[in-house]
Amino acid sequence: MRATLLIIASTALLGGCVTLPEPWVKPYERERLSDPIMLVSRHALIDKHREHIHTVREGARGATGVQGGGCGCN
Amino acid sequence: MAATEHGAVGTRASTGSARTGGLPIALSLSKRWCATIVSRWRALLGTALAGSAAPTGAAVLPDDRAEATFHVYDGGGVRATGPAVLVRKSIADRVSLSAQYYVDAVSNASIDVVTYASPFKETRTATDFGADWLVRDTILSLSYNRSVEPDYIAEGVGLDVATEVYGGMTTVSMGFTRSRDLVGKKLQPGWIDRALHWQYRAGLTQILSPRWLVSLNAEAVSDEGYLGSPYRAARVFGAAVLERNPRTRSSRAIKLRSINDTSAIVPRSSFRAEYRYYRDNWDVKAHTAEIGVAKHLEPRLIAEALVRRYSQTQALFYSDNAQAETVFVSRNRQLSTFHTTAVGAKLTYTWPGMPAGTELRLTGSVERKQFRFSNFTDLRTGRPYAYDANVVQVVVSGTF
Repeated sequence: MRATLLIIASTALLGGCVTLPEPWVKPYERERLSDPIMLVSRHALIDKHREHIHTVREGARGATGVQGGGCGCN
Repeated sequence: MAATEHGAVGTRASTGSARTGGLPIALSLSKRWCATIVSRWRALLGTALAGSAAPTGAAVLPDDRAEATFHVYDGGGVRATGPAVLVRKSIADRVSLSAQYYVDAVSNASIDVVTYASPFKETRTATDFGADWLVRDTILSLSYNRSVEPDYIAEGVGLDVATEVYGGMTTVSMGFTRSRDLVGKKLQPGWIDRALHWQYRAGLTQILSPRWLVSLNAEAVSDEGYLGSPYRAARVFGAAVLERNPRTRSSRAIKLRSINDTSAIVPRSSFRAEYRYYRDNWDVKAHTAEIGVAKHLEPRLIAEALVRRYSQTQALFYSDNAQAETVFVSRNRQLSTFHTTAVGAKLTYTWPGMPAGTELRLTGSVERKQFRFSNFTDLRTGRPYAYDANVVQVVVSGTF
Protein backbone atom coordinates (compact mmCIF):
# COMPACT_ATOMS: atom_id res chain seq x y z
CA MET A 1 0.00 0.00 0.00
CA ARG A 2 2.79 2.41 0.93
CA ALA A 3 4.65 1.53 -2.27
CA THR A 4 1.52 2.18 -4.31
CA LEU A 5 1.05 5.60 -2.71
CA LEU A 6 4.72 6.41 -3.37
CA ILE A 7 4.36 5.50 -7.03
CA ILE A 8 1.21 7.61 -7.37
CA ALA A 9 2.81 10.58 -5.60
CA SER A 10 5.98 10.30 -7.68
CA THR A 11 3.97 10.12 -10.87
CA ALA A 12 1.97 13.19 -9.88
CA LEU A 13 5.09 15.17 -8.99
CA LEU A 14 7.12 14.16 -12.00
CA GLY A 15 4.25 14.19 -14.45
CA GLY A 16 4.64 17.87 -15.21
CA CYS A 17 8.40 17.60 -15.74
CA VAL A 18 8.23 15.13 -18.59
CA THR A 19 7.78 16.42 -22.11
CA LEU A 20 5.95 13.85 -24.15
CA PRO A 21 6.56 13.64 -27.87
CA GLU A 22 3.84 14.62 -30.30
CA PRO A 23 1.37 11.77 -30.90
CA TRP A 24 3.27 9.80 -33.48
CA VAL A 25 0.41 7.81 -34.98
CA LYS A 26 -1.80 10.29 -36.77
CA PRO A 27 -5.52 9.70 -37.20
CA TYR A 28 -5.11 9.08 -40.92
CA GLU A 29 -2.60 6.31 -40.12
CA ARG A 30 -5.07 4.26 -38.10
CA GLU A 31 -6.89 2.49 -40.88
CA ARG A 32 -5.28 -0.85 -40.04
CA LEU A 33 -6.24 -0.50 -36.39
CA SER A 34 -9.92 -0.11 -37.24
CA ASP A 35 -10.02 -3.40 -39.15
CA PRO A 36 -12.34 -5.91 -37.40
CA ILE A 37 -9.46 -8.36 -36.97
CA MET A 38 -7.72 -5.81 -34.74
CA LEU A 39 -10.61 -5.51 -32.30
CA VAL A 40 -10.30 -7.28 -28.98
CA SER A 41 -13.98 -8.01 -28.94
CA ARG A 42 -16.55 -8.05 -31.71
CA HIS A 43 -19.21 -10.09 -29.96
CA ALA A 44 -20.19 -8.96 -26.50
CA LEU A 45 -22.40 -11.98 -25.87
CA ILE A 46 -19.73 -14.50 -26.85
CA ASP A 47 -17.16 -12.82 -24.65
CA LYS A 48 -19.50 -12.58 -21.72
CA HIS A 49 -20.46 -16.25 -21.96
CA ARG A 50 -16.82 -17.27 -22.21
CA GLU A 51 -15.88 -15.10 -19.26
CA HIS A 52 -18.72 -16.57 -17.22
CA ILE A 53 -17.42 -20.08 -17.91
CA HIS A 54 -13.93 -19.11 -16.76
CA THR A 55 -15.18 -17.38 -13.62
CA VAL A 56 -17.30 -20.36 -12.62
CA ARG A 57 -14.79 -23.11 -13.50
CA GLU A 58 -11.54 -21.46 -12.43
CA GLY A 59 -10.29 -19.80 -9.27
CA ALA A 60 -9.02 -16.57 -10.81
CA ARG A 61 -11.15 -13.60 -11.77
CA GLY A 62 -10.91 -10.01 -12.87
CA ALA A 63 -8.89 -7.79 -15.23
CA THR A 64 -10.50 -9.38 -18.25
CA GLY A 65 -12.14 -6.29 -19.65
CA VAL A 66 -15.45 -8.13 -19.65
CA GLN A 67 -18.05 -7.40 -17.03
CA GLY A 68 -20.66 -9.79 -15.86
CA GLY A 69 -22.69 -10.82 -12.88
CA GLY A 70 -24.34 -13.74 -11.27
CA CYS A 71 -23.08 -17.01 -10.05
CA GLY A 72 -24.46 -20.02 -11.87
CA CYS A 73 -22.11 -22.07 -9.76
CA ASN A 74 -24.27 -23.61 -7.07
CA MET B 1 -12.64 -2.71 -22.40
CA ALA B 2 -13.29 0.88 -23.19
CA ALA B 3 -11.25 0.81 -26.31
CA THR B 4 -13.02 -2.15 -27.77
CA GLU B 5 -16.51 -2.00 -26.38
CA HIS B 6 -16.76 1.64 -27.23
CA GLY B 7 -14.97 1.26 -30.50
CA ALA B 8 -12.95 4.37 -29.90
CA VAL B 9 -9.30 3.64 -30.34
CA GLY B 10 -7.95 3.63 -33.84
CA THR B 11 -11.16 4.61 -35.57
CA ARG B 12 -11.33 8.26 -34.77
CA ALA B 13 -10.10 11.21 -36.75
CA SER B 14 -9.18 13.62 -34.03
CA THR B 15 -6.78 16.50 -33.94
CA GLY B 16 -5.88 16.29 -30.28
CA SER B 17 -2.64 17.90 -29.18
CA ALA B 18 0.24 16.56 -27.17
CA ARG B 19 1.15 17.87 -23.79
CA THR B 20 3.78 20.53 -23.98
CA GLY B 21 6.78 21.56 -21.93
CA GLY B 22 7.72 21.26 -18.29
CA LEU B 23 8.61 23.87 -15.69
CA PRO B 24 11.77 23.67 -13.65
CA ILE B 25 10.14 23.35 -10.26
CA ALA B 26 8.35 20.10 -9.82
CA LEU B 27 6.13 21.33 -7.02
CA SER B 28 4.65 24.23 -8.95
CA LEU B 29 4.24 21.92 -11.89
CA SER B 30 2.40 19.48 -9.73
CA LYS B 31 0.01 22.23 -8.62
CA ARG B 32 -0.47 23.27 -12.21
CA TRP B 33 -1.03 19.67 -13.20
CA CYS B 34 -3.59 19.25 -10.45
CA ALA B 35 -5.33 22.49 -11.42
CA THR B 36 -5.50 21.32 -15.02
CA ILE B 37 -6.96 17.99 -13.99
CA VAL B 38 -9.47 19.63 -11.67
CA SER B 39 -10.55 22.18 -14.25
CA ARG B 40 -10.86 19.50 -16.89
CA TRP B 41 -13.00 17.30 -14.68
CA ARG B 42 -15.06 20.26 -13.54
CA ALA B 43 -15.72 21.16 -17.15
CA LEU B 44 -16.46 17.57 -17.94
CA LEU B 45 -18.89 17.10 -15.08
CA GLY B 46 -20.45 20.48 -15.76
CA THR B 47 -21.06 19.50 -19.32
CA ALA B 48 -22.33 16.12 -18.27
CA LEU B 49 -24.74 17.54 -15.78
CA ALA B 50 -25.90 20.33 -18.04
CA GLY B 51 -26.15 17.97 -20.96
CA SER B 52 -26.11 20.86 -23.35
CA ALA B 53 -22.86 20.70 -25.23
CA ALA B 54 -22.57 18.71 -28.40
CA PRO B 55 -19.82 16.11 -28.40
CA THR B 56 -16.81 17.84 -29.81
CA GLY B 57 -14.32 15.08 -29.22
CA ALA B 58 -13.79 12.06 -31.38
CA ALA B 59 -14.70 9.29 -28.97
CA VAL B 60 -17.61 7.35 -30.40
CA LEU B 61 -20.46 5.42 -28.89
CA PRO B 62 -20.88 1.73 -29.73
CA ASP B 63 -22.80 0.98 -32.91
CA ASP B 64 -26.52 0.42 -32.73
CA ARG B 65 -26.86 -3.33 -32.86
CA ALA B 66 -28.91 -6.39 -32.13
CA GLU B 67 -27.38 -9.78 -31.32
CA ALA B 68 -28.94 -13.14 -30.73
CA THR B 69 -26.95 -16.17 -29.67
CA PHE B 70 -27.37 -19.75 -28.62
CA HIS B 71 -24.66 -21.19 -26.41
CA VAL B 72 -23.76 -24.66 -25.22
CA TYR B 73 -21.33 -25.73 -22.51
CA ASP B 74 -20.95 -29.47 -22.12
CA GLY B 75 -18.37 -31.10 -19.89
CA GLY B 76 -17.71 -32.74 -16.55
CA GLY B 77 -21.31 -33.87 -16.25
CA VAL B 78 -22.64 -30.34 -16.63
CA ARG B 79 -24.59 -29.22 -19.65
CA ALA B 80 -25.67 -25.58 -19.85
CA THR B 81 -27.52 -24.31 -22.88
CA GLY B 82 -29.63 -21.34 -23.70
CA PRO B 83 -30.29 -18.27 -25.78
CA ALA B 84 -29.15 -14.71 -25.19
CA VAL B 85 -30.11 -11.46 -26.84
CA LEU B 86 -28.55 -8.02 -26.84
CA VAL B 87 -30.03 -4.80 -28.15
CA ARG B 88 -28.20 -1.49 -28.24
CA LYS B 89 -29.62 1.81 -29.48
CA SER B 90 -28.23 5.33 -29.37
CA ILE B 91 -30.19 8.49 -28.78
CA ALA B 92 -29.15 11.76 -30.37
CA ASP B 93 -25.60 10.41 -30.88
CA ARG B 94 -24.88 11.15 -27.25
CA VAL B 95 -26.40 8.33 -25.22
CA SER B 96 -26.40 4.64 -26.02
CA LEU B 97 -28.78 2.34 -24.17
CA SER B 98 -28.37 -1.42 -24.04
CA ALA B 99 -30.24 -4.39 -22.69
CA GLN B 100 -29.24 -8.05 -22.47
CA TYR B 101 -31.15 -11.16 -21.58
CA TYR B 102 -29.34 -14.43 -21.00
CA VAL B 103 -30.59 -17.88 -20.16
CA ASP B 104 -28.66 -20.90 -18.85
CA ALA B 105 -30.64 -24.14 -18.67
CA VAL B 106 -28.35 -26.28 -16.53
CA SER B 107 -28.37 -30.04 -16.23
CA ASN B 108 -25.93 -30.78 -13.45
CA ALA B 109 -24.35 -34.14 -12.75
CA SER B 110 -20.90 -32.81 -11.88
CA ILE B 111 -18.48 -34.84 -9.79
CA ASP B 112 -19.53 -32.94 -6.65
CA VAL B 113 -23.15 -33.76 -7.35
CA VAL B 114 -22.72 -37.42 -8.23
CA THR B 115 -20.40 -37.95 -5.23
CA TYR B 116 -22.49 -36.35 -2.52
CA ALA B 117 -25.93 -35.50 -3.98
CA SER B 118 -28.32 -36.21 -6.84
CA PRO B 119 -28.24 -34.78 -10.36
CA PHE B 120 -30.57 -31.82 -10.85
CA LYS B 121 -31.81 -29.36 -13.45
CA GLU B 122 -32.34 -25.66 -13.02
CA THR B 123 -32.44 -22.43 -15.02
CA ARG B 124 -30.51 -19.24 -14.52
CA THR B 125 -31.59 -16.00 -16.15
CA ALA B 126 -29.51 -12.85 -16.27
CA THR B 127 -30.67 -9.39 -17.25
CA ASP B 128 -28.35 -6.46 -17.87
CA PHE B 129 -29.14 -2.83 -18.60
CA GLY B 130 -26.58 -0.21 -19.56
CA ALA B 131 -26.35 3.43 -20.51
CA ASP B 132 -23.29 5.01 -22.14
CA TRP B 133 -23.06 8.78 -22.20
CA LEU B 134 -20.66 10.48 -24.60
CA VAL B 135 -19.19 13.71 -23.26
CA ARG B 136 -16.44 15.18 -25.46
CA ASP B 137 -13.68 12.55 -25.47
CA THR B 138 -15.15 10.68 -22.54
CA ILE B 139 -17.73 7.95 -22.20
CA LEU B 140 -19.52 7.52 -18.89
CA SER B 141 -21.16 4.13 -18.49
CA LEU B 142 -23.72 3.05 -15.96
CA SER B 143 -24.83 -0.57 -15.73
CA TYR B 144 -27.14 -2.79 -13.75
CA ASN B 145 -27.22 -6.57 -13.79
CA ARG B 146 -29.37 -9.17 -12.10
CA SER B 147 -28.97 -12.93 -12.20
CA VAL B 148 -31.63 -15.25 -10.81
CA GLU B 149 -31.46 -18.94 -9.97
CA PRO B 150 -33.90 -20.83 -7.76
CA ASP B 151 -31.39 -20.73 -4.91
CA TYR B 152 -29.19 -17.76 -5.81
CA ILE B 153 -29.86 -14.14 -6.73
CA ALA B 154 -27.08 -11.74 -7.65
CA GLU B 155 -27.44 -8.10 -8.61
CA GLY B 156 -25.00 -5.26 -9.05
CA VAL B 157 -24.50 -1.74 -10.33
CA GLY B 158 -21.43 -0.45 -12.09
CA LEU B 159 -19.97 2.88 -13.12
CA ASP B 160 -17.20 3.19 -15.69
CA VAL B 161 -15.40 6.16 -17.20
CA ALA B 162 -13.24 5.94 -20.31
CA THR B 163 -11.51 8.93 -21.82
CA GLU B 164 -9.21 9.43 -24.77
CA VAL B 165 -6.09 11.49 -24.35
CA TYR B 166 -2.84 12.16 -26.14
CA GLY B 167 -4.24 12.78 -29.58
CA GLY B 168 -6.49 9.75 -29.34
CA MET B 169 -3.55 7.39 -28.99
CA THR B 170 -4.32 6.58 -25.38
CA THR B 171 -7.54 5.51 -23.72
CA VAL B 172 -7.67 5.57 -19.94
CA SER B 173 -10.53 3.86 -18.14
CA MET B 174 -11.60 3.14 -14.61
CA GLY B 175 -14.67 1.61 -13.08
CA PHE B 176 -16.39 0.29 -10.02
CA THR B 177 -19.02 -2.37 -9.45
CA ARG B 178 -20.90 -3.07 -6.27
CA SER B 179 -22.92 -6.24 -6.12
CA ARG B 180 -24.90 -8.29 -3.67
CA ASP B 181 -25.81 -11.98 -3.66
CA LEU B 182 -28.55 -13.78 -1.80
CA VAL B 183 -27.69 -17.42 -1.18
CA GLY B 184 -30.33 -20.05 -0.66
CA LYS B 185 -30.57 -23.80 -0.36
CA LYS B 186 -33.03 -26.15 -1.95
CA LEU B 187 -35.76 -27.51 0.33
CA GLN B 188 -35.00 -24.75 2.80
CA PRO B 189 -37.31 -21.75 2.51
CA GLY B 190 -35.89 -18.23 2.47
CA TRP B 191 -32.26 -17.20 2.12
CA ILE B 192 -29.59 -18.72 4.28
CA ASP B 193 -26.96 -16.02 3.83
CA ARG B 194 -25.68 -13.24 1.59
CA ALA B 195 -22.46 -11.95 0.04
CA LEU B 196 -21.23 -8.52 -0.97
CA HIS B 197 -18.69 -7.76 -3.68
CA TRP B 198 -16.67 -4.67 -4.55
CA GLN B 199 -14.80 -4.50 -7.84
CA TYR B 200 -12.38 -1.70 -8.74
CA ARG B 201 -10.80 -1.69 -12.17
CA ALA B 202 -8.56 0.49 -14.31
CA GLY B 203 -7.29 0.16 -17.83
CA LEU B 204 -4.95 1.76 -20.31
CA THR B 205 -5.01 1.16 -24.05
CA GLN B 206 -2.17 2.56 -26.12
CA ILE B 207 -1.63 2.77 -29.85
CA LEU B 208 2.07 2.11 -30.34
CA SER B 209 2.19 2.14 -34.11
CA PRO B 210 -0.20 2.07 -37.08
CA ARG B 211 -0.15 -1.73 -36.68
CA TRP B 212 0.23 -2.29 -32.95
CA LEU B 213 -2.09 -1.87 -29.96
CA VAL B 214 -1.36 -2.77 -26.34
CA SER B 215 -3.55 -2.60 -23.27
CA LEU B 216 -3.08 -3.03 -19.57
CA ASN B 217 -5.97 -3.87 -17.24
CA ALA B 218 -5.95 -4.20 -13.48
CA GLU B 219 -8.74 -5.17 -11.14
CA ALA B 220 -9.11 -5.55 -7.39
CA VAL B 221 -12.05 -7.48 -5.98
CA SER B 222 -13.15 -7.72 -2.37
CA ASP B 223 -15.83 -10.09 -1.13
CA GLU B 224 -17.56 -10.42 2.16
CA GLY B 225 -20.17 -12.88 3.31
CA TYR B 226 -20.99 -16.43 2.30
CA LEU B 227 -18.38 -17.42 -0.28
CA GLY B 228 -18.93 -21.15 -0.63
CA SER B 229 -21.64 -23.59 -1.61
CA PRO B 230 -24.16 -25.00 0.84
CA TYR B 231 -24.13 -28.27 -1.11
CA ARG B 232 -20.41 -28.91 -1.36
CA ALA B 233 -18.71 -31.30 1.04
CA ALA B 234 -15.15 -31.38 2.27
CA ARG B 235 -13.34 -34.50 3.47
CA VAL B 236 -11.75 -34.68 6.90
CA PHE B 237 -10.19 -38.01 7.87
CA GLY B 238 -12.14 -39.48 4.97
CA ALA B 239 -15.51 -38.32 6.28
CA ALA B 240 -17.71 -35.85 4.44
CA VAL B 241 -18.33 -32.55 6.26
CA LEU B 242 -19.76 -29.23 5.10
CA GLU B 243 -17.05 -27.00 3.72
CA ARG B 244 -16.01 -24.02 5.83
CA ASN B 245 -14.70 -21.02 3.87
CA PRO B 246 -13.46 -17.66 5.18
CA ARG B 247 -16.09 -14.94 4.94
CA THR B 248 -13.77 -12.44 3.27
CA ARG B 249 -11.64 -12.62 0.17
CA SER B 250 -9.52 -10.04 -1.58
CA SER B 251 -7.90 -10.48 -4.97
CA ARG B 252 -5.75 -8.62 -7.47
CA ALA B 253 -5.36 -9.30 -11.16
CA ILE B 254 -3.40 -7.63 -13.89
CA LYS B 255 -3.57 -8.35 -17.60
CA LEU B 256 -1.37 -7.29 -20.49
CA ARG B 257 -2.59 -7.63 -24.04
CA SER B 258 -0.98 -6.95 -27.41
CA ILE B 259 -2.56 -6.99 -30.86
CA ASN B 260 -0.47 -6.72 -34.00
CA ASP B 261 -1.48 -6.33 -37.59
CA THR B 262 0.60 -9.03 -39.30
CA SER B 263 -0.45 -8.29 -42.86
CA ALA B 264 3.19 -7.84 -43.82
CA ILE B 265 3.72 -11.55 -43.09
CA VAL B 266 0.31 -13.05 -43.89
CA PRO B 267 -2.08 -10.88 -45.92
CA ARG B 268 -4.90 -9.28 -43.91
CA SER B 269 -4.15 -11.00 -40.62
CA SER B 270 -3.54 -10.13 -36.98
CA PHE B 271 -1.90 -11.73 -33.97
CA ARG B 272 -3.03 -11.33 -30.37
CA ALA B 273 -1.18 -12.27 -27.18
CA GLU B 274 -2.46 -11.92 -23.60
CA TYR B 275 -1.14 -12.69 -20.16
CA ARG B 276 -2.88 -12.33 -16.79
CA TYR B 277 -1.45 -12.74 -13.33
CA TYR B 278 -3.81 -13.30 -10.42
CA ARG B 279 -3.37 -13.69 -6.68
CA ASP B 280 -5.61 -13.43 -3.66
CA ASN B 281 -5.44 -13.64 0.11
CA TRP B 282 -6.62 -17.25 0.02
CA ASP B 283 -3.19 -17.89 -1.49
CA VAL B 284 -4.52 -18.80 -4.91
CA LYS B 285 -2.07 -17.71 -7.60
CA ALA B 286 -2.94 -18.10 -11.26
CA HIS B 287 -1.37 -17.51 -14.64
CA THR B 288 -3.41 -17.20 -17.81
CA ALA B 289 -1.84 -16.99 -21.25
CA GLU B 290 -3.70 -16.80 -24.52
CA ILE B 291 -2.68 -16.28 -28.11
CA GLY B 292 -4.92 -15.89 -31.11
CA VAL B 293 -4.78 -15.21 -34.81
CA ALA B 294 -7.41 -13.70 -37.10
CA LYS B 295 -7.48 -13.51 -40.88
CA HIS B 296 -9.76 -12.35 -43.65
CA LEU B 297 -10.14 -15.49 -45.75
CA GLU B 298 -12.13 -13.50 -48.27
CA PRO B 299 -13.74 -10.06 -48.08
CA ARG B 300 -16.79 -11.38 -46.19
CA LEU B 301 -15.25 -14.17 -44.14
CA ILE B 302 -13.04 -13.85 -41.06
CA ALA B 303 -11.43 -16.89 -39.43
CA GLU B 304 -9.96 -16.89 -35.95
CA ALA B 305 -8.11 -19.44 -33.83
CA LEU B 306 -6.92 -19.35 -30.24
CA VAL B 307 -4.94 -21.33 -27.70
CA ARG B 308 -5.36 -20.70 -23.98
CA ARG B 309 -3.50 -22.05 -20.98
CA TYR B 310 -4.55 -21.49 -17.38
CA SER B 311 -2.86 -22.77 -14.24
CA GLN B 312 -3.37 -22.10 -10.55
CA THR B 313 -2.13 -23.14 -7.14
CA GLN B 314 -4.43 -24.27 -4.35
CA ALA B 315 -5.97 -22.18 -1.61
CA LEU B 316 -4.46 -22.33 1.87
CA PHE B 317 -7.39 -24.23 3.32
CA TYR B 318 -7.99 -26.57 0.39
CA SER B 319 -7.52 -30.23 1.10
CA ASP B 320 -8.43 -33.31 -0.86
CA ASN B 321 -8.70 -35.21 2.41
CA ALA B 322 -7.72 -33.20 5.48
CA GLN B 323 -5.72 -35.00 8.14
CA ALA B 324 -6.29 -32.39 10.82
CA GLU B 325 -9.25 -30.38 12.07
CA THR B 326 -8.91 -26.76 10.94
CA VAL B 327 -11.10 -23.67 11.16
CA PHE B 328 -11.48 -23.54 7.39
CA VAL B 329 -11.58 -26.50 5.07
CA SER B 330 -12.73 -26.88 1.48
CA ARG B 331 -12.70 -29.48 -1.24
CA ASN B 332 -13.87 -27.06 -3.89
CA ARG B 333 -11.90 -28.19 -6.93
CA GLN B 334 -11.87 -24.60 -8.25
CA LEU B 335 -9.59 -23.89 -5.27
CA SER B 336 -7.28 -26.85 -5.91
CA THR B 337 -4.11 -27.01 -7.99
CA PHE B 338 -5.00 -27.58 -11.61
CA HIS B 339 -4.49 -26.41 -15.15
CA THR B 340 -6.68 -25.90 -18.17
CA THR B 341 -5.73 -26.06 -21.82
CA ALA B 342 -8.08 -24.85 -24.52
CA VAL B 343 -8.10 -24.53 -28.28
CA GLY B 344 -10.80 -22.71 -30.19
CA ALA B 345 -11.87 -21.47 -33.60
CA LYS B 346 -14.37 -18.93 -34.83
CA LEU B 347 -15.80 -18.03 -38.24
CA THR B 348 -17.65 -14.80 -39.01
CA TYR B 349 -19.52 -14.30 -42.26
CA THR B 350 -20.90 -10.93 -43.32
CA TRP B 351 -24.11 -11.29 -45.27
CA PRO B 352 -24.03 -9.64 -48.73
CA GLY B 353 -26.63 -7.29 -50.18
CA MET B 354 -27.60 -5.43 -47.04
CA PRO B 355 -28.74 -1.80 -47.27
CA ALA B 356 -26.06 0.85 -46.93
CA GLY B 357 -25.15 1.54 -43.32
CA THR B 358 -26.30 -1.83 -42.07
CA GLU B 359 -24.50 -5.13 -41.63
CA LEU B 360 -25.65 -8.64 -40.84
CA ARG B 361 -23.12 -11.17 -39.54
CA LEU B 362 -23.30 -14.84 -38.72
CA THR B 363 -20.70 -16.18 -36.31
CA GLY B 364 -19.97 -19.67 -35.08
CA SER B 365 -17.37 -20.53 -32.48
CA VAL B 366 -16.19 -23.77 -30.90
CA GLU B 367 -13.76 -24.32 -28.07
CA ARG B 368 -12.39 -27.52 -26.56
CA LYS B 369 -11.20 -27.34 -22.97
CA GLN B 370 -9.22 -29.84 -20.91
CA PHE B 371 -9.31 -29.61 -17.13
CA ARG B 372 -6.58 -31.53 -15.31
CA PHE B 373 -6.57 -31.54 -11.50
CA SER B 374 -3.44 -32.32 -9.53
CA ASN B 375 -4.85 -32.91 -6.06
CA PHE B 376 -8.55 -33.49 -6.45
CA THR B 377 -9.32 -37.18 -6.38
CA ASP B 378 -12.18 -38.75 -8.30
CA LEU B 379 -13.60 -40.87 -5.48
CA ARG B 380 -15.15 -43.25 -8.01
CA THR B 381 -11.77 -44.26 -9.43
CA GLY B 382 -9.24 -43.07 -6.86
CA ARG B 383 -7.33 -41.19 -9.55
CA PRO B 384 -6.78 -37.44 -10.04
CA TYR B 385 -9.89 -35.96 -11.60
CA ALA B 386 -9.85 -34.78 -15.21
CA TYR B 387 -12.45 -33.94 -17.78
CA ASP B 388 -12.93 -32.30 -21.15
CA ALA B 389 -15.56 -29.73 -22.08
CA ASN B 390 -16.90 -28.29 -25.30
CA VAL B 391 -18.20 -24.76 -25.75
CA VAL B 392 -20.25 -23.91 -28.83
CA GLN B 393 -21.77 -20.55 -29.68
CA VAL B 394 -23.77 -19.37 -32.68
CA VAL B 395 -24.45 -15.66 -33.05
CA VAL B 396 -26.49 -13.59 -35.46
CA SER B 397 -25.69 -9.92 -35.14
CA GLY B 398 -26.81 -6.87 -37.02
CA THR B 399 -25.62 -3.28 -36.89
CA PHE B 400 -27.85 -0.51 -38.11
